[in-house]
Amino acid sequence: MLAISGIVQIVLALVLAPLLQSIINRTKAVFAGRRGQPWLQPYRELWKLVQKGTVYSRTTTAVFVAGPIVGIAAVGLALALVPIGGWPALLSFPGDFLLVAYLLGVGRFFLVSAALDTGSSFEGMGASREVLFSALAEPALLLSLTALAAASHSASLTGIYAAIDSGMPATAAGPAIFLITGAMFVVFLAENARIPVDDPNTHLELTMIHEVMVLDHSGPDFALIQYAAQLKMWLLGSLLLGAAAPFRFGSAWLDLLAGLVGLGAIAVLVGIVESSMARLRLVRVPQFLIAASILSIVALFLVMR
Amino acid sequence: MLWLLVAVPAIAALLSFALPWNGLRRVLLVLSASVHVGLTVAVFVEPPEPVLDGWIALDAASLLFLAITSVLFFVTSLYTVGYLAQEKRPATLDPTEAVRFANYPEAVFTGCLLMFLAAMTLVLVSHHWGLMWVAVEATTLASAPLIYFHRHPRSLEATWKYLLICSVGIALALLGNFFLAVSAKACPGESLHLTIAGLEQHASQLNRDWLRAAFLLLLVGYGTKMGLAPMHTWLPDAHSEAPSMVSALLSGVLLNCAFLAVLRGHSLLVKAGEGQFSRDLLVLFGLLSMAFAAAFVIRQADYKRLLAYSSVEHMGILVLGVGIGGIAAFGSLLHAVNHSLTKAMLFLAAGNTLHRCHTKSTAEIRGLFRVLPVTAVLWIVGLLAITGSPPFGTFLSELVILKGMIDGGRIVVAVAYLLALAVVLIGMSAIVIAMVYGKPAAAESSAESNPEASDTSPEPAWSILPPLFLGLAVLFLGLCVPRELSDLLHEAARVLGAE
Amino acid sequence: MALWLDVILVLLILTSLWLLGSSRLRACIQAVAFQGIMLGLIPLLCAWPDITVRLAAVAVLSMVVKAIVLPGMLRRAAREANVRYEVQPLIGFTTSLLLGIVLWGLAMHVSRQLPVTMLHVTPLLIPVAIFTIFCGFLLIVSRNTAVMQVIGYLALENGIYVFGWAFAIEDPLLVEMGVLLDVFVAVFVMGIMIYRLSREFDTIETDELDSLKE
Repeated sequence: MLAISGIVQIVLALVLAPLLQSIINRTKAVFAGRRGQPWLQPYRELWKLVQKGTVYSRTTTAVFVAGPIVGIAAVGLALALVPIGGWPALLSFPGDFLLVAYLLGVGRFFLVSAALDTGSSFEGMGASREVLFSALAEPALLLSLTALAAASHSASLTGIYAAIDSGMPATAAGPAIFLITGAMFVVFLAENARIPVDDPNTHLELTMIHEVMVLDHSGPDFALIQYAAQLKMWLLGSLLLGAAAPFRFGSAWLDLLAGLVGLGAIAVLVGIVESSMARLRLVRVPQFLIAASILSIVALFLVMR
Repeated sequence: MLWLLVAVPAIAALLSFALPWNGLRRVLLVLSASVHVGLTVAVFVEPPEPVLDGWIALDAASLLFLAITSVLFFVTSLYTVGYLAQEKRPATLDPTEAVRFANYPEAVFTGCLLMFLAAMTLVLVSHHWGLMWVAVEATTLASAPLIYFHRHPRSLEATWKYLLICSVGIALALLGNFFLAVSAKACPGESLHLTIAGLEQHASQLNRDWLRAAFLLLLVGYGTKMGLAPMHTWLPDAHSEAPSMVSALLSGVLLNCAFLAVLRGHSLLVKAGEGQFSRDLLVLFGLLSMAFAAAFVIRQADYKRLLAYSSVEHMGILVLGVGIGGIAAFGSLLHAVNHSLTKAMLFLAAGNTLHRCHTKSTAEIRGLFRVLPVTAVLWIVGLLAITGSPPFGTFLSELVILKGMIDGGRIVVAVAYLLALAVVLIGMSAIVIAMVYGKPAAAESSAESNPEASDTSPEPAWSILPPLFLGLAVLFLGLCVPRELSDLLHEAARVLGAE
Repeated sequence: MALWLDVILVLLILTSLWLLGSSRLRACIQAVAFQGIMLGLIPLLCAWPDITVRLAAVAVLSMVVKAIVLPGMLRRAAREANVRYEVQPLIGFTTSLLLGIVLWGLAMHVSRQLPVTMLHVTPLLIPVAIFTIFCGFLLIVSRNTAVMQVIGYLALENGIYVFGWAFAIEDPLLVEMGVLLDVFVAVFVMGIMIYRLSREFDTIETDELDSLKE
C-alpha cells in the first residue's frame, strides 16, 4: 500500500509538473489581457527539444554533459521523498528533509559546474549569482523544515506532513506555521527563479540569472534541464502546500485531489505575484532572502520555547 | 495642607502664563516661592495627615528634601528676578559662536519655573509609585523649556539630548513600575495598591525575581534622571547650556528628587529582605559615577560643564553612601543637603562670571578677583566646599560616609572613593584657582576682545546676596549640625530603611 | 483568545524586525503605526468578553494617539525636513536584522528568569515585550536622524505597554496614566522639538549635533 501510494504520487508528479508552468503563464497572460499559451504548450516544447540534436562546444568536457543528467536524477530522487496531500512518500526515514535540501544542492552544483565548464563569462556570471541566492535561500529552507519538524515531533517529511493537519494552526505552533509559510514561499520564488528574485522571461543578458546559466545547453540536454526545473517547482510546491494549506478531508483520494488543486492554486498565486511586481534590484535580493531566513529563525524560536 | 504645597506653585504658574506684565510676574515668582517656604515650615512644625488614600503623604525623607527644595527655590527666585531684569532685548550676542539669539518669552520661562517647582514638590510628597512616576515625567517636561531659554543651536542640542535620554529613562522606570505591580500580584488577598506603605506592608510576600528586576529598572530609569553614570551623558550639556539659576535648580533640587525615587525603591527592597542586592548595585553605580566624573573634570574647558561633572560625582557619592548603609546613609543624606546648597551657590557664581566676562571657557578667564571680587570669593569658597574641605559641611558628610565604609570593612571601596575625590580636588582646584587668581591676559588685548571684561562696576546686590547666603549656610552646617536637622536626617534614614 | 493574542504578538515581532531592516522613513512610520494598532487590541483581547467601557475608551485613545496622531506628526516633520531615505546609519540594515535575532535570543533568556505562572497570559508575551524594547534601544542608538530616534523611542514605549496592558486588565490605572502622559510627551514636546531642530540646523541629522563634546 505504501509503495503504491508512493508510486502514484511520483507518476502524478512526472506527468503533471509541466502543467504548473502553463498555469503560471496563463495567469500572467490573463493579467496582461492576452489569451495566453495553450495548456499543453510546455509538453510540446519538451517534445520539440527532445527531437532536436545536441550541440556541444569544443571547450566543454564531460562535466558539461553530466550537468543536466545529474540534475534530473537528483530532483527525481528528491521527488521520492516528498509527500503530497498527506499521503506517505515512497521513501521516508528520519532526517530525510536534509537529504532533500542537499539533493537540490547537488543538482544545482552540477548545473553550475556545467555552466562554468563552458568557459564563457556570461554563464559564469549567471552561475555566481545563482549560487549566491541559493546559498542565502538554503538556511531559510532548512530552518523552516527544522521548525516544522520540531512542531510536529517527527524527523521525516512524511511524518511532518502527516502531523500537520487543519488542527495545528489553532495550537500554540499556529503563528510559527504562519511564519514558516511566508519563509517557504520566498524560498519557492528564489529556488525557481521567479520574480522578484529573477525574471524568467528576460532576454537581457545582464539581468539573467538562471537563464544565462543554461544558455549553452541544447536539444535533449536542455529538455532535461527544463523538465528538472518543472519537477523542482512541483517539489517545492508540495513542501509549501503541506505547511500552508493542510486540509484533510478524511478520505485519502480527496486529500490527494486537494493537494493537486492546492498546487494549482500556488501556481496561480505565483502568476499573480509575477504580474504585479517587478524584479528586485540585485542588491536588495540578499536582504529579501535574509529576511526569509529571519522569519524562519523566529518561527524556530517560537516552536522551541 | 499638603495639597497647597503643590497647588500654590501650579496656580501661580498658570497665572504667570496669562499675565502680560513682566514686573508683576517677577513679584508673583518671589511671592509664591516665599509662600512655599512658609508652607514647608508649617508642615515641619505640624506634620499633616496623608491625603487621597495614602497617595500623597509626608514622611521624614519627604520633609528633608522638601526643605532643601523650598529654600533653594526661594533663594534662586531672588536671583532670577534680577537676572531677568537685565537680560538684553530683543537679541543678544552669543559669545561662543557669535550668533545672535533671542530669548524665550519671559512668561513661558517664569511659568515653567513655577510648574517645575510644583512638579518637584509632587515627586517629593507622592507615596504612590504611579503618581511619583507621573511627577518625575512632569519635571522633565517642565524643565525642557527652561534649558532652551537662550535660543541658540547649542542649547537646542542640549535640550534634545536631555529630552530623549530622560524620556528613555522614564520609560524604563515605567516598566519598573509594571514589574513592581506584577511582583505584588503574588500576594494573596485583594488587589494591592501600589502605594509605598501598601507595598512595604506586604514586602516579604512579594515575588523575588520580579522585585529585583523592578529595582534594576527603577535604578537605571530614575538614575538617568539623577545623573548616574553611565546614563549621565545629558547632564553636562543640559546643565551648562541652561541659564545659571536653572542649572542651580537642576543640580540642586531635581537630582535630589530623582535620588529620593531611587531611595524609595531601595527601602522597599530592604523591607523585602533583598537589601544586599540593591546595596551592591548602588555601590557599583556610585563608584562608576565618581570614576566618570573624575575623568572628565581634569582639564575641563568649560566651567559650567566642570560644575555639571562635579554634580555627577556627588550623585555618585550619595548613592555610594546609601549603598554602604549604616552611618554612611546618614552621611549621604547630610551630603545631599550640603551638596545642594554648595552647587547652587557655585552655579549662581558661574552665572555672574558668564554675565560679566561673556565666555564660558576656563582658559580665557583670568584674574577674576579684579573684575568680580565677591564672585571670586564665592568661587574659592565654593571650590573648598565642593571638594570637601573643612570647615564646610561637605567635609563632615564625606567623612561620615568614609567612616561608614571603614566600619563596614569595605576598604577597596574606601580607597576608590578617596582616589576619585582626590582627582576631582586636583582637577577643580587647578582650574578654579587659575581662573580666580591668575594674571589677566595682556590688558590691551583683553580690552579689545572683551570691552566689558575689565568693567569693574560693582556687582549688583541680587547677584551676590543669594549665593552668599547659601555659602554661609554650608559653612554653618560644617561648624555645627543643628539638633532638629540631625534628628530629621536620622529619621529619614530610618524611614528609608537605610540604617 | 490565546491564539489571537499569539498572532498579534507574532505580528509585533515582525514589525519590530521590519523597523530594524527598513531604510525608508515612511515604511518605518507605518510600522510604528501598525504596532500602535496591535497594541490597542491587546487589552481588548485579554479582557474578552467582559470589556468595561473604561478599558475600551483607554484602548481606543491609545490606538488613536499611537497610530494616527503620532505618525501623522512624524510624517509632517519628515516632510518639513525633506528626508525620504536615510543616510547609511551606524550599523547597516542587514547587520541590524541579524542583531535583532541575537536580541530575540536575549529576550527569551531574560524572560526565562522571570516566572510567569501568576499571570494568565500566553508565555510568548514577555519575550515579545522585551524584544520590542531591545529593538527600540537599537534603533535609538544606531540611527542618526532625529525622526528615526523618535521612532525608536516609540517602539521602546510600545514594548513597555505590551507588557503593561497584558496584565493590567484588572487595575489599569497605571497604564492609563502612562498613556495619557504619553500623549503629552510625544505630541507636544517631541513634535515641537523636531520642528525646531529642522529650523535651527537645516537638518535633522543628529550626527550634526556634536558641538557639545567632552
